[in-house]
Amino acid sequence: MAFEGLANRLQNTMAKIRGKGKVSEADVKEMMREVRLALLEADVNYKVVKDFIKKVSERAVGQEVMKSLTPGQQVIKVVKEELTELMGGEQSKIAVSKRPPTVILMAGLQGAGKTTTTGKLANYLRKKHNRNPLLVAADIYRPAAIKQLETLGKQLGMPVFSLGDKVSPVEIAKQALEYAKNEHHDYVLIDTAGRLHIDENLMDELKQVKEAANPDEIFLVVDAMTGQDAVNVAKSFHDELGITGVILTKLDGDTRGGAALSIRAATGAPIKFAGMGEKLDALEPFHPERMASRILGMGDVLTLIEKAQENVDQEKAKQLEEKMRTMSFTFDDFLEQLEQVRNMGPLDELISMLPGAGKMKGLKNIQVDEKQLSHVEAIIRSMTKEEKEKPEIINASRRKRIAKGSGTSVQEVNRLLKQFEEMKKMMKQMTSMTKGKRKGFKFPFM
Amino acid sequence: MSFFKKLKEKISKQKDSVTAKFKEGLEKTRSSFTESLNELVSRYRKVDEEFFEELEEILITADVGVQTVMDLIDELKKEVKRRNIQEPKEVRAAISEKLVEIYQGEDGAPTDLNIEDGRLNIVLFVGVNGVGKTTTIGKLAHRLKEEGKSVLLAAGDTFRAGAIEQLEVWGDRVGVDVIKQSAGSDPAAVVYDAIQAARSRKVDVLLCDTAGRLQNKMNLMKELEKVKRVIEREIPGAPHEVLLVLDATTGQNAMSQARQFSEATNVTGIALTKLDGTAKGGIVLAIRNELNIPVKLVGLGEKMDDLEKFDAEKYVYGLFADLVDEA
Ligand SMILES: Nc1nc2c(ncn2[C@@H]2O[C@H](COP(=O)(O)OP(=O)(O)O)[C@@H](O)[C@H]2O)c(=O)[nH]1
Ligand SMILES: [Mg+2]
Repeated sequence: MAFEGLANRLQNTMAKIRGKGKVSEADVKEMMREVRLALLEADVNYKVVKDFIKKVSERAVGQEVMKSLTPGQQVIKVVKEELTELMGGEQSKIAVSKRPPTVILMAGLQGAGKTTTTGKLANYLRKKHNRNPLLVAADIYRPAAIKQLETLGKQLGMPVFSLGDKVSPVEIAKQALEYAKNEHHDYVLIDTAGRLHIDENLMDELKQVKEAANPDEIFLVVDAMTGQDAVNVAKSFHDELGITGVILTKLDGDTRGGAALSIRAATGAPIKFAGMGEKLDALEPFHPERMASRILGMGDVLTLIEKAQENVDQEKAKQLEEKMRTMSFTFDDFLEQLEQVRNMGPLDELISMLPGAGKMKGLKNIQVDEKQLSHVEAIIRSMTKEEKEKPEIINASRRKRIAKGSGTSVQEVNRLLKQFEEMKKMMKQMTSMTKGKRKGFKFPFM
Repeated sequence: MSFFKKLKEKISKQKDSVTAKFKEGLEKTRSSFTESLNELVSRYRKVDEEFFEELEEILITADVGVQTVMDLIDELKKEVKRRNIQEPKEVRAAISEKLVEIYQGEDGAPTDLNIEDGRLNIVLFVGVNGVGKTTTIGKLAHRLKEEGKSVLLAAGDTFRAGAIEQLEVWGDRVGVDVIKQSAGSDPAAVVYDAIQAARSRKVDVLLCDTAGRLQNKMNLMKELEKVKRVIEREIPGAPHEVLLVLDATTGQNAMSQARQFSEATNVTGIALTKLDGTAKGGIVLAIRNELNIPVKLVGLGEKMDDLEKFDAEKYVYGLFADLVDEA
């Protein structure tokens, strides 16, 4: 990650304050400057940042931060709360028309990921809501765009409605609706060509498609890596079409995704889904508070603790804490934790929530992608019971066997073993650090 | 001679059509950027803190990136002090000067494509999903053909649905052949085939498409490394260009893209696409500054001839056309 997270940014200011023992208005101002930089580096639009800082400053200068013993933590908490609120609650509902079919129109810039997202959405509707969607190929401009949707349809085993690239999108939409009614499709997903928000002709065409199809949802598909221009793009599309929701794509990348905030601020439309990969099941409901910590390039331990407490069986957690403290944590515990952690959110994000995690050698370099996670799981599952409990007995020949059994390499096994050792050490630190301060603190992490 | 006069003179020697095209393509970018700059300059009586704050806004809104902007403004402040500049108008020139300076870099690394007569030239295209790799290949193939070169395309995106067909449509449009295998096959094998075909047909340039991939996916980056290794093994000195395609709409993540793709494939240049929109792609400044990767091509639309060679002076001319004309 190229950027410093907010927590790191605030560290210097915090050190200064700690020396003085008291927070002044000037200190708060300085902290706000860091917040501002963190947001700008995350691609949040300049004007949006300005408004946001104004709002947060007011709160911060008030009692909350200045009277706090941990002003840095408080600032982070306030910022995150405001960010999360700005991004709205979780709202991955999709409209259902009283008179089926329900029509969804997909719109956005070139290369945003509309066609793939159309496929994913269809898959989602079928899987989660038991629907029978019809895909409509109305991108008649980009070479082979129709072919792309048809291929996705084939992969999904879903019909794709197309009239080739010589018929206007308006006509395609009309005929598709007729077809859907006759064939009893309850959803119609119209994929349209990418277009610039300033292209009057093509924006007009989109309006006509809207008029003809009378959609129940108009989703704006936006690349999560979009920079400052996200505001202009989202605003134009919204002004022209009246979008009902946003889908953020390519969030499996390493972008901070500040565009999410800009788009929200510019349109007020809810961000409903996030694209998390190229596969057709990689569409997830959008989580505002996860996005907030992602934008800030950090997480706060408070949320982590809250999440942990929600997710964990208290009795088990107590045992776990004991294990962490005495370093008798095993690979079996690890596997169990992995499951729970997975339910809590992306792992790298969780790691970044750990205070000082950035300074732990080895930990910093953990690359967390799903594939690697499943490798880790496979490796652990290839261990014997004894090995899981006493990893120190895993010698060279055992490593070879485990690598073979899990379809990974000895290097990968080595790496995991080393990381596991480091984690154990860190857990011990964590537990001793929080002990006493926060009674009953459970850290069900790794 | 003033900076703008010099610039104007240089540019007037170039083909008018090219400059006009640049101006036209960058119309949106230019007008909003120049407008805000002009407006800023006319609104302020003196060069003060507030002035710089607004300048900061203009630059950050162009996606130039916080750090670069801070550095730039620091330098400007020094310059203003040194030259004892009072008038905001005079700062305009200093700003453009600095921008061109950053774009061109100290060593003035070549922004021309490394394509030479008398050998098989191989250009590898890399980048994240949807930035415009395939389209840029189509456009570049057209351009090269116009210059009288023989061109062959390699359908190295075997992953995305319809990607091979998309390149084939471009091949038909432009009138060049496409070497392909079936969807899902090994991209390195496709490129290998294409090199053999290019050799036996004695073509001048082979343009290799690849699937879009996010730079944080290790396994996909490894795949790209393999493609490049195959090229290196087959033709010593190749690939002659590895072009990273960047979408001008992208924000600060473009830096991470440049860094990671460079690490995997040693990128030699950037093709900056979608500059016909309102985004400014200012991050290329920071990329040039930090990684010394020059922009070599610019995409200004979806049509066959919406591609231009990048020229820092022309680019700045596009951004500041009004000011230059005034000079
Ligand atoms: N407006 C505009 N659109 C472009 C430009 N370059 C590519 N595109 C469009 O961006 C979309 C994605 O391009 P494509 O070449 O498929 O991207 P790839 O996935 O990187 O190969 C297509 O709809 C292209 O027509 C450009 O310079 N301007
Ligand atoms: Mg492509």
